[in-house]
Amino acid sequence: MSRSDDTLLLANISRRGLLKGLAGGSALLLAARWDLGLANEQAQFGAGAMPGGWVDDPNVFIQISSDGVVTIINNRAEMGQGIRTSLVMVAADELGADWDQVRAQQADADQDRYGNQNTDGSRSMRHWYQPMRRAAAAARLMLEQAAASQWDVPVHEVRAEVHKVVHPATGRELGFGELAKAARELDVPGRDALVLKSDDELRFIGKESGLINGELKSACPKAIDGEDIVTGKAVFGADVNLEDTLYAVVARPPVYGAQVKNVDATEALEVTGVKKVVRIEGTGQPAVFKPLGGVAVVATNTWAAMEGRRALKIEWDTAPAGGNADYTSDAYRESLEKAAQSPGKVIRQSGDVETALKNADKRVSATYYMPHMAQAPMEPPVAVVRIRDGKAEAWAPVQNPRATREGIAELLEMDKENVTVHQTLLGGGFGRKSKPDFVIEAARVAKEFEGQPVKLQWSREDDIQHAYFHAVSVDHLEAGLDGEGKATSWRHRTLSPSIASLFAPDPKHKGEFELGMGFNTMPFSIPAIRLENPPAPAHVRIGWFRSVYNLPHAWAIQSFAHEMAVAAGKDHRDYVLELLGPGREVHNLTVGDGWNYDEDPDLYPIDVARMRRVIERATEEAGWGRETGKGRGLGLAFHHSFVSYTAIVFDVEVSDEGELTIHRADIAFDCGPQANPERIRAQMEGSCVMGIGIALQSEVTFENGVAQQSNFDSYLIPRMPDAPKVVRVHLINNPDDAMGGVGEPGLPPVAPALCNAIYAATGKRIRRLPVGNQLS
Amino acid sequence: MITLTINGQKHELDVPDNMPLLWAIRDVVGMKGTKFGCGISECGACTVHLDGVATRSCITPVSAAKGEITTIEAMADDPVGRKVQQAWLDLGVAQCGYCQGGQIMNATALLKKNPEPDTREIVDAMAGNLCRCGTYNRILAAIERAADKETSS
Repeated sequence: MSRSDDTLLLANISRRGLLKGLAGGSALLLAARWDLGLANEQAQFGAGAMPGGWVDDPNVFIQISSDGVVTIINNRAEMGQGIRTSLVMVAADELGADWDQVRAQQADADQDRYGNQNTDGSRSMRHWYQPMRRAAAAARLMLEQAAASQWDVPVHEVRAEVHKVVHPATGRELGFGELAKAARELDVPGRDALVLKSDDELRFIGKESGLINGELKSACPKAIDGEDIVTGKAVFGADVNLEDTLYAVVARPPVYGAQVKNVDATEALEVTGVKKVVRIEGTGQPAVFKPLGGVAVVATNTWAAMEGRRALKIEWDTAPAGGNADYTSDAYRESLEKAAQSPGKVIRQSGDVETALKNADKRVSATYYMPHMAQAPMEPPVAVVRIRDGKAEAWAPVQNPRATREGIAELLEMDKENVTVHQTLLGGGFGRKSKPDFVIEAARVAKEFEGQPVKLQWSREDDIQHAYFHAVSVDHLEAGLDGEGKATSWRHRTLSPSIASLFAPDPKHKGEFELGMGFNTMPFSIPAIRLENPPAPAHVRIGWFRSVYNLPHAWAIQSFAHEMAVAAGKDHRDYVLELLGPGREVHNLTVGDGWNYDEDPDLYPIDVARMRRVIERATEEAGWGRETGKGRGLGLAFHHSFVSYTAIVFDVEVSDEGELTIHRADIAFDCGPQANPERIRAQMEGSCVMGIGIALQSEVTFENGVAQQSNFDSYLIPRMPDAPKVVRVHLINNPDDAMGGVGEPGLPPVAPALCNAIYAATGKRIRRLPVGNQLS
Repeated sequence: MITLTINGQKHELDVPDNMPLLWAIRDVVGMKGTKFGCGISECGACTVHLDGVATRSCITPVSAAKGEITTIEAMADDPVGRKVQQAWLDLGVAQCGYCQGGQIMNATALLKKNPEPDTREIVDAMAGNLCRCGTYNRILAAIERAADKETSS
């Protein structure tokens, strides 16, 4: 990984990083390179651009006790992506620790100490791989120095092996545990003194293990939480068990922005176990991460609290909700489809699209819809908060511990130093738990009970009806083809409320971070391109859902490219490879993308060669072009997101009765260097299944501002029979590029690939998600 | 007073008859391995064994839980349960892990009733257990592995 080591190091240099730890000479050198390469202070990318930046101090992350146990602090949220295993494994490998003697400890919320902790944007490994390796390399060097000093030999004569330091000349050796105390007394070596292990010295990083496409190749290092999970001992948010805990649930306004007008709690207070009813002030719109308001029922157990809530009589005032109380998603879809017929704010333009469309031999046009969805992690939001003696302590499954801590501090008017947030395991996140509203609610209720912990549990109905919803999207595309079927023009209008409406007055247009998710970064090589974004107001609380606006953009673009291929009478794969054009690097700024997932476009350009490679790999593995027979077909889609590249081919069959069988999925994925291929495969497999739900089942609709689905009987997500019979993941071994994201980029191409396969099998074109009963 | 027998141990609880077993186990007895996911028997995260039968504790009132209740905490001591757990570990099934206790309870009940299920039988039996991380293919493979005497004994 020679190039990526060097370049990632360069990308990681923030002013903060420079001030915090770089040894003098090296800092000057790197700072000079940084200035040459990146022009000015504003140009900060990667981990250094994140709040809190990065930290690589071994004293912060690595503790070795005299019995040899190595404890590695994990500062990122574990929500199923496996980061507690993978990042700890990175440090353990560089350190040379025996995996059986490695433990993980979860960091409390403290970005000043631990660097950025906001687990979002598929950033954990690409931002923390290098700092954790450096921290571990520094710790290893300190152990070597301690041993050399004890043996009174030059440090270059000793070397660390697995969990020990040896002096080959004399055969002496000392275990990490025996050296720990002396090593701890030493100064942390400067970054210029560190030598990271070469690839052939690594035991875990980048090594394939575990289950590979149905075959168990070799045992993988034990997952940190594996045994606890299968024995029921793992501690998720609701599993925090404190003496004298009170249990709370909240009745929230059914319409976004509505408030409590009156509440009659007489009957609720008569329910056995109910202790108190608490009015929670709503914070209006925009909601940010604050509670929606409502009425909390506090009891001696969750069931009593739920029964008490059922007995509440609440009159809601919808006036503060404004137009939200009239929001009906069907009508809204129609209004967006109509708006999509007129020009909008121009986002990117090259050539003369209108003339090219007029002169085209053939025109293709289509409008695609993706509905609201709820993240619906299996663990609904839940938090425990205890306030006593002017301090607050929270235990919660949160993706963003800093926002949690600051939100509690703000609510309670405390210094954040008086707020402790312990991060539990997350029973799934998918973006929902980036927003700590549920923890702040718990703090608000706990305020009523000095000294007593309050566990605030969301029901599934709460979770689905009061999600931070994935925004609805309408995408309208039109293309002109010449006599050969070659694309001469491409016009794409995208309409979707913006997540910015969660934080500020509704801008009604997508922001740079939303357009940059596959809309303006569309890499096709077409002479005339015009991308527009007409306005779309928000009427519900909108927020991130795994892979975010990449979902509708990939859904529309990848479906439409297939429609163009069909119109041109060409093979879909051949056609999209032609649309992409030759392998080349497209600099993000040249397509109007100044965001690029906060990464340096010089390091992370849109790499068409990598895009082509995943398409070629997925189609080869799937046997593209083979005869499938009646009612069966292959469908392809691909997408670039979170600075990684994914392509997927589905093999599906649809019976005469419209019953869909997914025989197989072939996923090709390129995230550059792979830290833990075993978990990368798992993320691709899981993304595939979640994406099938997005394609086939999942939808939240609204009537008069009220979500019409409330639990898994009406908001459908995939079950085992919905999964493909076979999922095969093909990792592109590409260590020479910069490291990309993993948790999200597998998701965007799934729905369009599946719908393209359905078309191949049946000739039925899906333009509105979910597919639902459109096949019958 | 209601008496529950959980993993062989008797618990005297002062709770209403209609309290779902799930909340009695979690909030009153204080065992946290059995999870709340939906409250309406749609997801299976709360699955326990009641006299060996996989049962959704979220809709089972304590008054109906008169037999032997077994939870995920006791599966390591059950030969079939431990085989299933080991298969889960061998194949790296879990992602977030929240639903996996319920999945393991359901899979173990299946294998006790039908030690060599075919794929269709496994899929049918597991269709009531949701996993939002989408680990179904590995769950299926792990059940097949646990059922295979050659690899798992």
